[in-house]
Amino acid sequence: MSLGIVMLAHEALHRAAQAARHWAKAGCPVVIHVDKSVSIAAFSAFERGLADMPNIRFSPRHAGEWGKWSLVQASQSGAEMLLAEFPDVQHVYLVSGLCLPLRPVDDLRAYLARYPDTDFIESVTSQDASWAVGGLDHERFLLRFPFSWRRQRRLFDGYVRLQRRIRFKRRIPPGIEPHLGAQWWCLTRKTLAAILQDPRRAEFDRYFARVWIPDECYYQTLARRHARRIESRSLTLTRFDAQGKPHVFYDDHLDLLRQSHCFVARKIWPGADRLYSAFSGSDSGARSDAAPNPAPVERHFAKTRARRTEGRAGLHMHSRAPATYLHNTKSAAPYTMLAGFDQVIHGFAPWLAGAVDAQVHGHLFAPERAEFAGGETIAPGAQSDHAALRDYNPTAFLTNLLWNGRPRHQCFQFGPRDTQDIAWFTATDPNAQIFVVTGAWAVALFQSGAEIATIRAKAARLQQVENAWLGVLRSPHTRARLRICTLAEFVANSAPQLHALVDAIGRKPAQMPLPGLVDLAGFDVFLHRLRNAGMVPTLVGDFDPADDVPAAMAAPRPRLIGP
Amino acid sequence: MGIFESYALRLRRKRWRMRALVKRRELRAVADRTGQIRPGDVLLFMTLRNERIRLPYFLQYYRTLGIAHFLIVDNGSDDGSAEYLRAQPDVSLWHTDASYKRARFGVDWLNWLQRRYGHGHWTLVVDADEFFIYPFHDTRPITALTDWLDASSIRSFGTLLLDMYPKGALDAQIYTEGQNPFAIANWFDSGNYTQRKNHIGALWVQGGVRARAFFADRPAHAPTLNKVPLVKWHKSYVYISSTHALLPRGLNRVYDEWGGEKASGCLLHAKFLHTFADKSREEMTRRQHYANGREYLAYHRHQSPDLWCAQSTAFRDWRQLDALGLMSTGGWA
Repeated sequence: MSLGIVMLAHEALHRAAQAARHWAKAGCPVVIHVDKSVSIAAFSAFERGLADMPNIRFSPRHAGEWGKWSLVQASQSGAEMLLAEFPDVQHVYLVSGLCLPLRPVDDLRAYLARYPDTDFIESVTSQDASWAVGGLDHERFLLRFPFSWRRQRRLFDGYVRLQRRIRFKRRIPPGIEPHLGAQWWCLTRKTLAAILQDPRRAEFDRYFARVWIPDECYYQTLARRHARRIESRSLTLTRFDAQGKPHVFYDDHLDLLRQSHCFVARKIWPGADRLYSAFSGSDSGARSDAAPNPAPVERHFAKTRARRTEGRAGLHMHSRAPATYLHNTKSAAPYTMLAGFDQVIHGFAPWLAGAVDAQVHGHLFAPERAEFAGGETIAPGAQSDHAALRDYNPTAFLTNLLWNGRPRHQCFQFGPRDTQDIAWFTATDPNAQIFVVTGAWAVALFQSGAEIATIRAKAARLQQVENAWLGVLRSPHTRARLRICTLAEFVANSAPQLHALVDAIGRKPAQMPLPGLVDLAGFDVFLHRLRNAGMVPTLVGDFDPADDVPAAMAAPRPRLIGP
Repeated sequence: MGIFESYALRLRRKRWRMRALVKRRELRAVADRTGQIRPGDVLLFMTLRNERIRLPYFLQYYRTLGIAHFLIVDNGSDDGSAEYLRAQPDVSLWHTDASYKRARFGVDWLNWLQRRYGHGHWTLVVDADEFFIYPFHDTRPITALTDWLDASSIRSFGTLLLDMYPKGALDAQIYTEGQNPFAIANWFDSGNYTQRKNHIGALWVQGGVRARAFFADRPAHAPTLNKVPLVKWHKSYVYISSTHALLPRGLNRVYDEWGGEKASGCLLHAKFLHTFADKSREEMTRRQHYANGREYLAYHRHQSPDLWCAQSTAFRDWRQLDALGLMSTGGWA
């Protein structure tokens, strides 16, 4: 049984010649269609170069354009010539000039001999073809496409829209059901001859000449009409990228191609010398009956497609700058902001570092410097603790920290003294967990023992800043997980709050005893005096009013704010 | 961007093109081998001054990458650079003694040469201390990249200027001619870069070791690190400031905004070698560099600094840079 090749060539003719010679030497007759855009000089040089091979022929030339009927015409005339001139050919394989045979031709012959009546052509009903570019899967059979998708995109799109609006629909010829699939097939003589000699061929050709990308559906549809057994996959290994064009194979894909055990791969970069020299000797290689397995190649390219379309979450770099409203890709790993805890609990950060499986930093956004874990002045990725450097772009500082530390959970302290620029970024980030003890800043003021008069303005400012932050957290745009309680609530019952915190970050196996709170004796009096000084500490929550305020401690009468 | 701003940018582009036309008079051809250029060749354009010691390795590196022809402007070198370059078979050389600063740091000269010789070619514009790295550069020549960019309808390819530095004082190890500079300057900062979009749609990247060591107090003055060195040139294009940005502004969109990653590379920057101290002293007095050499002034204050820190990363290969997120294979597999 004999195998014949139809080859469509339009560029890198030296590679096409190399492949054609390979097929012909192995005893396969080859009919080559050279695109009309190739100059006469180049074509005749190509022809002369292959003149020594008696079983290589050249079919009449058409000017092919991507997505146009002329590509089908090219394969039709090539196939007709092959069937007419080589009567013992039983299988016809359609390849391009940039297809590379990966295995000995005898392997392919033996494989085809096992399936003598089978047509290998990917053929999927248009409803199931999810890959189609531009979503035109079924509509390509129902609309008209006079404009080039590549050169006249606006006209193309506009004309499609117009036809949709006026509900224009072409009539599909009765007796066929539209199917789609990869262009590169291997058909039996019987099926191919039936397609080409169909009494209704003129009618079908007229119809398909105006379908979009007919080379992806002409044979795929008509094979369904004539074939006895269809194996709906292509014997040619080819994968498409996010743009819908075939991935190209280079020298470094050698091992990947070897492992695939596929018969033919497309498309090969013409400069891939190592691939061509490795596989052009493939006829000398040992015969094997291994079945083609494109899965590793598919996985490889699936990763690339994901890289191009989704990218790596949390990476902000010079070729990936996701818009700020794309909330699911802002940061590289879950992280936790802790506000107020370190005010109420002595040694909170070391305690937390012992209790949870995470990196625990101090106040990363403190006005003096970024307090990295362990007191370091430089963090992974060579991030400096310098405040001015950090405040130049606080969001980038945070995303860098999370990216450099990924996938480790990062925790840091936050408060109204700190740079607040990251408020919106963190509030709208689903990776963020934000735990707040509101009003905890008052504890430090209380402990300072300073005069109420000097503290009052400071307290008012801290409360104002924290209020603004809480406003951000409570906005409808917030995606972060929040747990907010007032200082009073926390002090009254801190254990469940701390357990929830540790569980949310991820508990270490070893249990840590809960830490004690700072001594707040006299805090109620402090609040009372603050209130009497004219500042209302609303965020600390409801502390029981001090029952007995010594007259000496009472603050001066609040002043009236000017007229 | 409204019609008005868009038109203003067009006028600006015209102005830079006119300027390039005027500035061509400052150039005198020393060795014109541009007749060797074939369609489809990838061309390299460069301005230099006194870089003799770097040239052998530089030319070797880019020849291996697949650069077919070098078009170089020599801005008054007196260290033998011109004589060396003139003898190279694939170099076309122009000479000028005119002001580097008034040619907008060489941009006008190169805009002219690119307009004259680069039209329809992929052009790479780099400095003598910049080494272009792209995904798979160790297994695929630059024409594999440009073929893929052509097939993907991409006109420009973005990079990060990655400053490389040695461990220890800069003059502790002496660079010798022909040596790979990254055998000495083998370290870099891997994760301290910031980016923001600017008014012509470029992503303005800053940070890295120079921001950390020299500009920590004035981060806004830290050098710009985004570059678009590889462009399928059309005679109507112009670079506007170094290779950081160009017009028309669509060429600056070398990044994806929908979460995906576009393919991108790095320019490994071999600035910090023992030659640096001399260079900064000379440039201090010449004041021919950007913002009167503010950058060199900052370096000058830190004579022979040690840029290395405990979190510096040793350079291995492009796959490492890809994994760190400093470049990306994007959709190229």
